[in-house]
Amino acid sequence: MPSSMIRIEGLTKHYGPTQAVKGLSFEVPRGQVVGFLGPNGAGKSTTMRILAGSLNPTGGKAFVGDVNVVEDPVGARKLIGYLPESNPLYDEMMVVDYLRFVADVRSVPKDLRAARIKSAVERCGLTGVVSKDINQLSRGYRQRVGLAAAILHEPDLLILDEPTAGLDPNQIVEIRNLIKDLGKEKTVILSTHILSEVQSTCSRVLIINEGRLVADDTPERLTAGADGSGEVFVVLGHRHGQPLDAATIRASLSAMAGVTAVEVAEGEGAGTLAFRIRHGAEDVRRTLFETVVKTDLVLLEVRRTQVSLEDTFRKLTDTRRAA
Amino acid sequence: MNAALAVARREFRSFFISPIAYIVLGGFLLLSGWLYFSTLFLAGQASLRGFFSVAPVLFVVLVPAITMRAVAEERKSGTLELLLTFPMDDWQITLGKFLASLGMVSVALACTLPYAFTVASLTGPGPAFDWGPVFAGYFGLVLLASSFIGMGLWGSALSKNQIVGFIFGLVLCFAFYFVDKFAPLLPDSLGQVVEFLSVDYHFENIARGVIDTRDLVFYLSLTVLGLLMTARTIQATRL
Repeated sequence: MPSSMIRIEGLTKHYGPTQAVKGLSFEVPRGQVVGFLGPNGAGKSTTMRILAGSLNPTGGKAFVGDVNVVEDPVGARKLIGYLPESNPLYDEMMVVDYLRFVADVRSVPKDLRAARIKSAVERCGLTGVVSKDINQLSRGYRQRVGLAAAILHEPDLLILDEPTAGLDPNQIVEIRNLIKDLGKEKTVILSTHILSEVQSTCSRVLIINEGRLVADDTPERLTAGADGSGEVFVVLGHRHGQPLDAATIRASLSAMAGVTAVEVAEGEGAGTLAFRIRHGAEDVRRTLFETVVKTDLVLLEVRRTQVSLEDTFRKLTDTRRAA
Repeated sequence: MNAALAVARREFRSFFISPIAYIVLGGFLLLSGWLYFSTLFLAGQASLRGFFSVAPVLFVVLVPAITMRAVAEERKSGTLELLLTFPMDDWQITLGKFLASLGMVSVALACTLPYAFTVASLTGPGPAFDWGPVFAGYFGLVLLASSFIGMGLWGSALSKNQIVGFIFGLVLCFAFYFVDKFAPLLPDSLGQVVEFLSVDYHFENIARGVIDTRDLVFYLSLTVLGLLMTARTIQATRL
């Protein structure tokens, strides 16, 4: 039986009168890289902390592999590598001393310790800084130290809480590549606000809002719309610079096969017109070209506009608008 | 157990990185040395009794100063969350912190050993220097320090502010030190109760060279109680 790596059933967490997580359920199979999305305060960190073992749930069940995190917390924590939000580290320690400490606390066998540290250091690109104090490192390097510490004991599951927060664009790309690399052999669950990150690293997206799951799909399907429909943006001009009549053009575009709606959009100035063409499952760009060449019009621009993950995200999590 | 030892090793090393450890150690040695040697030559007796009579009250300040950052600092910097996700129980974290603090107290005590050697060398030709009470005294101080460490760690676990931890520990330690100082004014039965609660009273018994199980049980219970409260307080972080 292919057992799942994470199984959460009806998880709840209260902080006094506030409910951070309200009956969350999901399952993550082994080997998947999952992005955990949601606005601030949605319950992402709380859920991750419960999985990682630093918080006890109020109700519901959480399993890591087959281990219940409430019944056997120490057993569950052995299977996990965790990078907390804001990545706290012992600043006054040398990188290598810190990694040794983590290896000892995690009971990495003494004879394997040096090799494990070496491979984690190489993997996370820390070779040049092992004998530096952690407080001398840049944020990007600190993040790598956190990641190296999280993979030392070769856990099955990596829980990364906002691994790229506060990094510059170059550092983000580096850490993202590292996560992708780690995702080849481990199950990874990472939380983030950066939606492009999910698109580039994750094979599945969980969106939670106000402690509940609101979406669970692949990034592609969340952006494309489930039925494959889409929108094409087109800018047209006249071959000889003559003025254009929006209504006639719109009518001929609407007549094309597969088109469901045409909207006039803002053009690029005198002599040009822009349209938004909505279509069904079929791509209409080819038909569009063939329609246009038969006339005196020229195509200045044709572009597929995707519903961005941002739009989906905002639609799913904007509770003020829904209310 | 290994995890607790790893926590203890890291903690113990971190003492020597911050200047506070050196200030606290230096202050302790200066005060204890001055208070001891200023009376030693007046009394004209080659013993460490003078040192052992001031050490408990100095420990009331020294021990909370050593333990104040143990948990508070981890809470403040966020590393407590890391500790909580390592595969170990909360009592192992507590035990690690306890061992590190005990190690630090031992360092302070080891630094006072030259007092003993100095006095031993001052002994006149007649009777030999009596090492028995010295061993007993140091043994008693370690026990007394253990019970103080329990209280100090609890104070440190309560807040992310080291100073709050220090003051809480100081007040508790002082209470257990001071409780029997009014005993002569109290009725006999009550006097005995407060005497039994006093860390100083039990220490005097041991320092006299009488090692009684009642004194051992007292220190052990007080230490365990402090550590249990510490572990409970750390555990409450998970709620």
